[in-house]
Amino acid sequence: MTDVISASRGTQAPRKKKMTAQTFIFKVLLYAFLTMAATVVLIPIISLVTVSLQPSDSSTTNLSWPTNPDWDNYLIAWTQGDFPLPTLMLNSLLVALAVVPIGVVVSVLAGYAFGTMKFPGSNALFYIFMIGLVMPFEATIVPLYYQLRAMGLINNLWGVILPQVALFCAFGIFWMRQFFMASPPALVEAARIDGANSFRILRSVLLPIAWPPVLTLATLMFIWSWNEFLLSLVVLDRGTRTAPSGLGTFMGQWVSDIPALSAAAVIIALPTILLYVALNRRIISGILQGAVKG
Amino acid sequence: MNQEIKSAAAKPAKPRRRRRFRWNEGYFGFLYLLPAALFFLTFVLIPLIQTFNLSLWDWSGIQGAPSTWVGLDNYRYVLSNPESLAALSHSMVFIVTFCIIPVTLGITFAALFSRQKIAGLVFFRTIVFLPQVISSVVIGIAWRWVYQDRGTLNQFLGFFGIESTRGWLGDFDWALPAVGIIGSWVMTGLCMVLFLSGVGRIDSDLYDAVKVDGGGAFREFFAVTLPGLRPELTVATTITIIAALRTFDIVFVTTKGGPGKETIVPGTEIYRLAFRENEIGEAATMAVVLAVIVFTLVRTVGWLLRDRDGIR
Repeated sequence: MTDVISASRGTQAPRKKKMTAQTFIFKVLLYAFLTMAATVVLIPIISLVTVSLQPSDSSTTNLSWPTNPDWDNYLIAWTQGDFPLPTLMLNSLLVALAVVPIGVVVSVLAGYAFGTMKFPGSNALFYIFMIGLVMPFEATIVPLYYQLRAMGLINNLWGVILPQVALFCAFGIFWMRQFFMASPPALVEAARIDGANSFRILRSVLLPIAWPPVLTLATLMFIWSWNEFLLSLVVLDRGTRTAPSGLGTFMGQWVSDIPALSAAAVIIALPTILLYVALNRRIISGILQGAVKG
Repeated sequence: MNQEIKSAAAKPAKPRRRRRFRWNEGYFGFLYLLPAALFFLTFVLIPLIQTFNLSLWDWSGIQGAPSTWVGLDNYRYVLSNPESLAALSHSMVFIVTFCIIPVTLGITFAALFSRQKIAGLVFFRTIVFLPQVISSVVIGIAWRWVYQDRGTLNQFLGFFGIESTRGWLGDFDWALPAVGIIGSWVMTGLCMVLFLSGVGRIDSDLYDAVKVDGGGAFREFFAVTLPGLRPELTVATTITIIAALRTFDIVFVTTKGGPGKETIVPGTEIYRLAFRENEIGEAATMAVVLAVIVFTLVRTVGWLLRDRDGIR
């Protein structure tokens, strides 16, 4: 620790100790460990990309840069008739674009109630919502399917959208409640004295300062919605599925064209990866904070 | 003041003014909860209760088909037939690879390097966290290639002079650990980042105190680091256990439960029973068993790692 302090404050040079052999070994170990972890994480992803660039008749599945990278595989994956990738991507996008705003609004309203208001049973209700964080979704898929069938939502994008909102809003409520509980009471009190009702306080006082947590929540919901698999697999028909579950079920037809299948996988992963690259700090801190405080 | 006294005389417990004030403040909360409650009730709570109900019936799921009350017969069946028992025992293997391995690696890493300043931390963090945002279908496909007979794993083993042409996911002995390792791959980065952020919040005075007491690295770990990481440990264990038990996507994409029944898990069994074999009762029973195990383990972890001495 003294090393760190003195290194960061150059003026206190006299206190600076020489780097001992032990700390040097530690540093080497640290970076060796980190490099190894990063490499292990990247290898399957990079090899997926290299496989997607092999010539189309190739059956290479290991990590080797093709002599002649074949970008046409991406075109084949995008246009191949029996695998309607553009349609599947569009469905994924439609689902996510519906889930995010509905989910955010529902979470903000409920989080506001739990975070700022006292009413009988509020704790018990909150804990009931938190069942959603723990409950394995696989445990409810069977009756959910028959319920959606009774509601006429099978093979309908709303049959995926509405349950997703319900699934993700457990985290959303928890997340927004944290924010509202931490928001300065003086601000709310001042508005209340001015005669603002609770909805006005939410709309004109709290929401303008709430955009960072709301943006984090929206981003996480988009990623979860985009990657959701089982619900879309069960509720939607082959051609109208969302991209991940569509790919999961069309895979059988691709055995002969490994590079194009890989290219399709890369295309499907791209939206969330790009979002992650742009907003990684927000996403990581959202997942970490959400996790620890839960 | 005057008013207060008057109303207090009339209704000593609840002055009328106060009550109307409370109505505005509090009971409006229910109004804000309404949309969330409707969604949650319809798509989470009712299905959860219905799962239990369905588990007591024999039903094919076909519209209009009759259902027969069978009581606990489905439970007798599920808890004694070799397939569901295999699925449950595979889950236990996944707890090792999804939970124990990543948590151990993460905490070891954080403890070893807790007091090092890491240059490029943000960069490393971004990379090891990446599996969290990638669709599990894509992850499954990527790992299928890694495990193929001419895949990256055998290529890598070749560097060490181990010639292998094993197709790992088709191998009766190796398929289960191979699928499990994908879980370690997904979860280790999350645990590392989680513990690293936790260790950064531990008061450095505590470490100095141990040092003053003449304690070594082990004392430091058990007296400061481990208790300090208790919240992160609880979270990491809980998240990874849930992920281990509910695995479906990765198995579906990599092995579909095969070879034979070597990699079936509760998730794939629920899917097969309900949507392939029309055994709704048995599928629901498996779902109830899975939910009970998840809730029990989560409660147990919470209890084992509870805040005993109120440090945090």
